[in-house]
Order: sequence, then structure tokens, then C-alpha cells
Amino acid sequence: MARKKKTRSKEQIEIKNHVFVPKHEKCSEAEKKRVLEKYAADLKDFPKISINDPALYTLEAAPGDLIKITRESQTAGKTVFYRVVIEIQ
Amino acid sequence: MESKLFKEYENQLPKRIIEDIKEAVPEKFSESKLKKVLELAREEYVNSLAEPGESVGLVAAESIGEPSTQMTLNTFHFAGVSEMNVTTGLPRIIEVLDGRAEISTKMMQIYFKKPYSEGKDIKKIAESIKETTLREYIQEISIDVAEAQMSMTLKAEKLARVDIKPGQIIKVLEKSFPKGYQFRPSKDDDHTIMLKSTSKEDDLNNLYKLKEKVQDVYINGIKGITQVLPVKRGDEYIVVTAGSNLKDVAKLEFVNFDKTVTNDIFEIERVLGIEAARQAIINEVLKVIDEQGLNVDPRHIMLVADTMSGSGTVLGINRYGIVKEKPSVLARASFETPIKHVINSAISGETDYLRSVIENVMINQVVPTGTGIPKLVVKTGKKAKN
Repeated sequence: MARKKKTRSKEQIEIKNHVFVPKHEKCSEAEKKRVLEKYAADLKDFPKISINDPALYTLEAAPGDLIKITRESQTAGKTVFYRVVIEIQ
Repeated sequence: MESKLFKEYENQLPKRIIEDIKEAVPEKFSESKLKKVLELAREEYVNSLAEPGESVGLVAAESIGEPSTQMTLNTFHFAGVSEMNVTTGLPRIIEVLDGRAEISTKMMQIYFKKPYSEGKDIKKIAESIKETTLREYIQEISIDVAEAQMSMTLKAEKLARVDIKPGQIIKVLEKSFPKGYQFRPSKDDDHTIMLKSTSKEDDLNNLYKLKEKVQDVYINGIKGITQVLPVKRGDEYIVVTAGSNLKDVAKLEFVNFDKTVTNDIFEIERVLGIEAARQAIINEVLKVIDEQGLNVDPRHIMLVADTMSGSGTVLGINRYGIVKEKPSVLARASFETPIKHVINSAISGETDYLRSVIENVMINQVVPTGTGIPKLVVKTGKKAKN
């Protein structure tokens, strides 16, 4: 079944600076509340991100956490996107 | 120009628009006028946003679907002089949007750190990346029938180029064939390897079979990369490859991994995560559309990419992917294989809450999109009671 959070292995590639990988940040509880209120949505309504996602290796995220993703958008310049951490896969 | 007014509007306008205004307004511009400009821009921006209930998915489908009818069915793109061809055009778009795990032509663009990006040893590096089997290092291979032994002469020049000694090859061979065979360098030429069976009963037939097997032994390079081609992109030298292996390429110290990309979306998802996969989908689709000289607003493709990556893994737009994720039975049944869905949901006793479009069309109700969303609300006061 769902694996526990992987420990960061030696072979882990540094992906943070890759052109395709936007900035991932973990939201604090207060920010999470603010975002949920702003969108008037439940956590389960947000797009998801797997706990084993390579972009989450350095963030100590747990299922149910909200991840703030700051993308470089070619239309808007910069956009903020949220994903909720899920356990599967 | 700088003003604290821009800060105020940072949350109300996209970064791009604010930057455009910053550039467009003259140096000496009064605060009140700037306020007016920003307010007008904000109004215009809010008016041009998609309205609640707008069928953005449908518009995206049409906007991608129509130009794709004008695409040439199958075009091959030749990268330089070599015969490296890559699937483009409609087949490529279908491949990306279907979320196929196995794509037809994998390709990588490998960037390098300085000084290699300026062309230093670029040929040597390209060669060292390519997956090479023993076959390519063998000058001559022959079997001595009388002695029941095989001799291989290696290409000394080619081995020197990748810094491999014949001794290393013997070690690799011993590892690949641990039992029953003996490898040793020849007495008069150190680039010749003699191969002999250690068991006496081994017949010649086996030796002939071995001759084929030996040549397929992997020697060096990155597994999966079958062709390499150094090219100059801008003022930087890069290597375009056929075949892809992002994970192993990342471990090479002379590679600038931050710019290195592949066209295999599932590989990107495994190595770089779901957000990178989303970006890759957008880039791949836009690349094909640009190549064909068509024009599709990137926002439509972004919507598709967001939908495909919304569940945390890349799902294709087909009945095994995002359609399977739909909560409504009727919506799934209306797409493909209706009987299967109806029977399965009958067995498990599923409920359809009729929250989406297609199931409401099926039962002749108002669909919850556009003007179908607002409902009539009646205020019940004292008068209403009477």
C-alpha cells in the first residue's frame, strides 16, 4: 500500500532548479485557512500532488498539507497554484 | 517607473500587466493619473476573465480540435544531417493528450556545463553518452575450429577515445558470463581477447551461439540512448539524442541538468514531479502547433494540462484516464463502453447526483453551466405567509 515518506536517498537528483520545476512551498495553517476561505472550497476539491512526488523531497509534507506552487506563466507572468498532498502512489 | 501604487494592485492584476504598465507610462506621471490607468486596467482585466459557469472546457476542445484538422497527417522532422526523425504533427498531439506511457520516438536535449557547452570535447562527450555494446568495438571476430576457441580483435582507436582498456572489457565479460568460459588477452596483441570454454564437452555449436551473445554485452554509455547528435543551439553546444534516460543523464557531472529535457512526459513525471509534467505537456503541444504554423491560445492548452495533471498523476484524455475519474455513472456511460459502466454501477449500487452537464442533457434537465447555474430565490417574509 501507500509508502511512508521516503528518506532522501543519496541518489536523489537535485531538481529544484530545473526549468520545468516551479517553486513549491508548504502553506502554514493560517495560510491554508485563508486559501480555503478565499476559494470557498474543501481540501478535497483542490488538484492533488502525490506524497512521493520528487518536488516534495525537501519539503516535509504530510497528506492533507496544502502546497503553494508559484509558476512562471507565459500568459500572466507569474501565477499561484495550490495542490493538496495525497497519499496514493 | 516606480510607485507604491503598483504594490497595491499586485493582488488584483497579473504580474505581466503590471510590468507592461510600468514600462508604458512616462517617467513624470502624477499619482492620480497612474491610479486612473491602473483602475481602468483592472476593470478591463476583470471584464475579460472567464465568467462563472462558462464552458471553458468545451471552448478549449474546439480551439484545439479545429486547427488540428488542418495539420498534416504525419510529418517527419529531420534534425540536421543525420537520419534522426521525430514524430510531430497530429500523431504527436494525440500521443501527448492520450497520455500514452510508451511514446513512439523518445528524444532528449542534453545541455552541458562550461566549458563543454562552448564546444570542448563535444564529440567525445556525445560518444560517451551513447549506449554501446561490444559489437561496436570489435574489429574482427573469428572462431578457431580446431582449438575450439574464439578470438576478438578490438578497435584500439575507438576504445582510446572513451578511455576503456581491454582489461576492463575482459572484466565486464567475466561478469556477464560467470561460468564455463575463460577470457584472457592474447599473447602477441593486447587488443585481442581469446575466449575458451572451460568444459571439455562443449561443442562448436555453443561457441557459435556465444559469438552472437558476446557482441550484445553492454559496455558503456547511458542505457536507452541509441543515437547522439551534437548540435549548436544559439551559442551553446548541446547533444540531441534518440532514446531517453533522464535519471542516468542527471548523474553525469558535465551535464547541465537544469536545462536538460526529454519528450517523454511520464519520465518527466517520475523524475521531476507532476508540475514539471504539466509544463512538459504544454510545451510539447505548443511546439507541434507552432511547427505547423497554426495559432492556438496557450490558455486552452494550459487548461487541458491542468486537467490531465489534476489527480496527482498524468491521466490521458480517454476512457482509461480522466473519463474514468468522473463521479457520474451516466457521464462515463455516455463516453465509451456504456454497457460496461451501467452494469458495473448497477452491481455496486452507485448513485448519480446529476451534478454535471451530460447526465442532465440525457434526462432532459437544465444543465448547470452558463445561465443554467443561477437559481430563482424567493424571499419569504410576513407577506408571503398570508
